Amino acid sequence: MQSSNAINYDYTIAKCFTVATIVLGIVGMLVGVIIAFQLAFPELSNLAGEYGTFGRLRPLHTDAVAFGFTASGIFATWYYVGQRVLKVSMAESKFLMFIGRLHFWIYILTVAAVVVSLLMGITTSKEYAEFEWPIDIAIVVLWVLWGVSIFGLIGIRRERVLYISVWYYIATFLGVAMLYLFNNMEVPTYFIAGMGKWYHSVSMYAGSNDAMVQWWYGHNAVAFVFTVPIIAMIYYFLPKESGQPIFSYKLSLLSFWGLMFVYLWAGGHHLLYSTVPDWVQTMGSIFSIILILPSWGSAINMLLTMKGEWGQLKENPLVKFYVLASTFYMLSTLEGPIQAIKSVNALAHFTDWIPGHVHDGTLGWVGFMIIGAIFHMAPRMFRREIYSKKLVEAQFWLQTTGIVMYFTSMWIAGITQGMMWRATDQYGNLAYSFIDTVEVLHPYWTLRAVGGLFFLIGVFMWAYNIYKTATSSRAIEKEPQYASPMA
Amino acid sequence: MFHWLEKNPFFFAVGVFLVIAYAGIVTILPDFMESARPLKGTKPYTTLQIAGRQVYINNSCNACHSQLIRPFKSETDRYGKYSLSGEYAYDRPFLWGSRRTGPDLHRVGNYRTTDWHENHMLDPAAVVPGSIMPKYGFMFKKSADLETAYAEAYTVKKVFNVPYDKPGMPKLGSYDEAKKAAYKEAGKIVAGMKNQDVKDAYKNGDIKEIVALIAYLNGLK
Repeated sequence: MQSSNAINYDYTIAKCFTVATIVLGIVGMLVGVIIAFQLAFPELSNLAGEYGTFGRLRPLHTDAVAFGFTASGIFATWYYVGQRVLKVSMAESKFLMFIGRLHFWIYILTVAAVVVSLLMGITTSKEYAEFEWPIDIAIVVLWVLWGVSIFGLIGIRRERVLYISVWYYIATFLGVAMLYLFNNMEVPTYFIAGMGKWYHSVSMYAGSNDAMVQWWYGHNAVAFVFTVPIIAMIYYFLPKESGQPIFSYKLSLLSFWGLMFVYLWAGGHHLLYSTVPDWVQTMGSIFSIILILPSWGSAINMLLTMKGEWGQLKENPLVKFYVLASTFYMLSTLEGPIQAIKSVNALAHFTDWIPGHVHDGTLGWVGFMIIGAIFHMAPRMFRREIYSKKLVEAQFWLQTTGIVMYFTSMWIAGITQGMMWRATDQYGNLAYSFIDTVEVLHPYWTLRAVGGLFFLIGVFMWAYNIYKTATSSRAIEKEPQYASPMA
Repeated sequence: MFHWLEKNPFFFAVGVFLVIAYAGIVTILPDFMESARPLKGTKPYTTLQIAGRQVYINNSCNACHSQLIRPFKSETDRYGKYSLSGEYAYDRPFLWGSRRTGPDLHRVGNYRTTDWHENHMLDPAAVVPGSIMPKYGFMFKKSADLETAYAEAYTVKKVFNVPYDKPGMPKLGSYDEAKKAAYKEAGKIVAGMKNQDVKDAYKNGDIKEIVALIAYLNGLK
C-alpha cells in the first residue's frame, strides 16, 4: 500500500474555494451585522434608499452565509479531504482538474449574479431559495459539476473503503440536489405570456402546499448544508489534528443512517399551528425529538474521541474550535427539538428565539468548524506555519464571547416578546399593543448586534492570519502529521 | 451490509437517496389535492393586486411581516379570524413569513385604509411612534409593472387553471383589457391619496408602485 506522503496532492481548487470562503464569509457576516444594527437603530435602514432596507439585505445575509461562506467551505474542504481519504491526487486526472476549475468559476459567476439580483429585489421570496429561475439553472449546473468531481475522484480512488467523511459529502450532494430541484419548481411567466420581465417566474405550488414544500426544503437545507457536510469536516479534522482515532465506528454508523432517515420528516415543525394538515405538524414534532439521538450520537462520538486527551485543549487552539463546535452542535440540536414541541412553539414561533437558535448553530457549529478546518488546511496547502497562535487564541475567545452574547440576548428577546404578545389584563384584553413589544427589544437587539460584530472582527482576524500564513509565515520542510504547527 | 456499502459507492448513494427521499413523499403527497382546494368565495388576485404583491415580494416585506394568524385567542384578538388553508389557494408563492418583526398582515385590509398606508409607507415612525420600519418613499416614484403582473395572471390561468374569466371571478381578458381594468381599480385608490406626484402620474396613465401595493394590502381580508 502506498503511503499518503508519496502522493502529491493538488490543492489548486481547494485554495480557490478557501479564498471564496473567507471573502464571502466577510461579505455575508458584514451584511448580517449591518441588519442587526438596523433593528436596534432603525435610521440605518434609510441610508441607501431601496437598496439599504432590511428586507432587501436580509436574504443577502442568509444566502451569502449559507451558500457563500458555508458552501465554499464545504467545497474547499471536499477538494482537500476528498483526495486524502481516497488516496488519490486531483493532478492524476486532467479531466477532474478541469471540472474542478469549471466548478469554481461557475460558482463565482453565480454568486455575483445572486448578489446583484437580490439587491435589485429580484427574488421569489422563498427563504434560502430566493433565486429566480436563470440562477437556479446555474446552481443546478455547478452542483452537477461538484457531483462529477466527487464521483470522478471516487472512481479513481486507491482506498477502497469510503471513509465516514465521504459518506457525509455524498449525502450532502444528493440531499441538496433533491431538495433544491423540487422546491424551486417554477414556471417562467415570459415564456407562457410573452410579456413582462424575462426572469420572472411563478411557483408550481400554491398556498399550504407551497409552504409545505418550502419548509421541507428549508428545514433540510439546514440539514444538508449546515449539518451533514459539517459533520463530514469534523470526522476528518478532529482526528487528524488531535491524532486520536474516532471513538466508535458503530456510533458513527448509527448516527449517519439515523440522521439520514429522521431529518427529512422534521420539516413540519416550521408549520405548527399553520394550515397544513395536523398530522404533518405532529409528525414534524415527534421526529424533531427523535432527531436528538443521531445528532447527539455524532457529537458524543466527537467528544469521546478526545477521551484522555483533554490536555490538548490547553495546547492546541484548533482542537478548541472543534470541541466547542461539537458542544454548540449539541446545544443547538437540543434547543431545536425543544422549540418543536407544540406548546413551546406556540410561544417561540415568529420571535427572536428562532434566529437565536439558528445562530448558535451557524456561528458556533458551522462557523467554528469551517474556520478550524481552514486553519488545519492552511499549513499543509501553503507549506508554512500558521502565522500566529496568539491571534488564533484571541480570535477564539472573542468569537466565543460574541456567540454567547448573541444567543442569550435573543433568548431573552424572543421569550419576552412571545409572552407580551399573549399577555392579557384583568379583563382578558390584550395587555400590549404590537409596538410595545418591539420597543422593549431595543437593548437585546443592541447586545445581539455587538455580539455579531465580535464574531465578524474574529473573522477578519482569521482572514489576516490565513493571508499571512499563505504569504510570509515560516516555511516548513515536511508536512506535519497531526497538530498544525503555529508560531 | 454496511461494510459492503462502504466499498460500493454507487449502491451507497442509492441507499442514501432512498432513505432521504421517501419522507418527503409520505408527508407531502397524501393531502396535496385537498390542500390545493380554494375556500368558497376565495378569488384570485386582480392584475393590479398581483403588481402590488410583486412589490411586496421585491422588497421582502415577508422578511418581517407574517401572513398567518394562528388559532390562539391572543392572535385572533389582535389580527382577526385565524387563517384557513383554502384562503391561500391562489398564493404563489405563499407569504407566511417566519419572523414577526412587524405585525401580521393577513387581514390588514379589514382595519387599515388607503390613507393610513400612504402616510405610513412614507414615514412609518410618524404614524406609529417607535416603529423600526424603513421608509418606502421610493415606491411613490417607481412605476408598477403591470406587464409582468399580467404575465403572471395569464400563466397561472393557462398552466394551473386558476379561474379567471369564470362567472363570479375576476376578469382577466387580453392585456389591454386587463390594463384598463387595473387603471380603473387604481383610480379609486389614487382618489383616496394626497400625494400630488402620484396623482399627476396617474393622470398620465402611469400607476406608481405604492398604488398597486395598497390595492394588494386592501385586498388582504
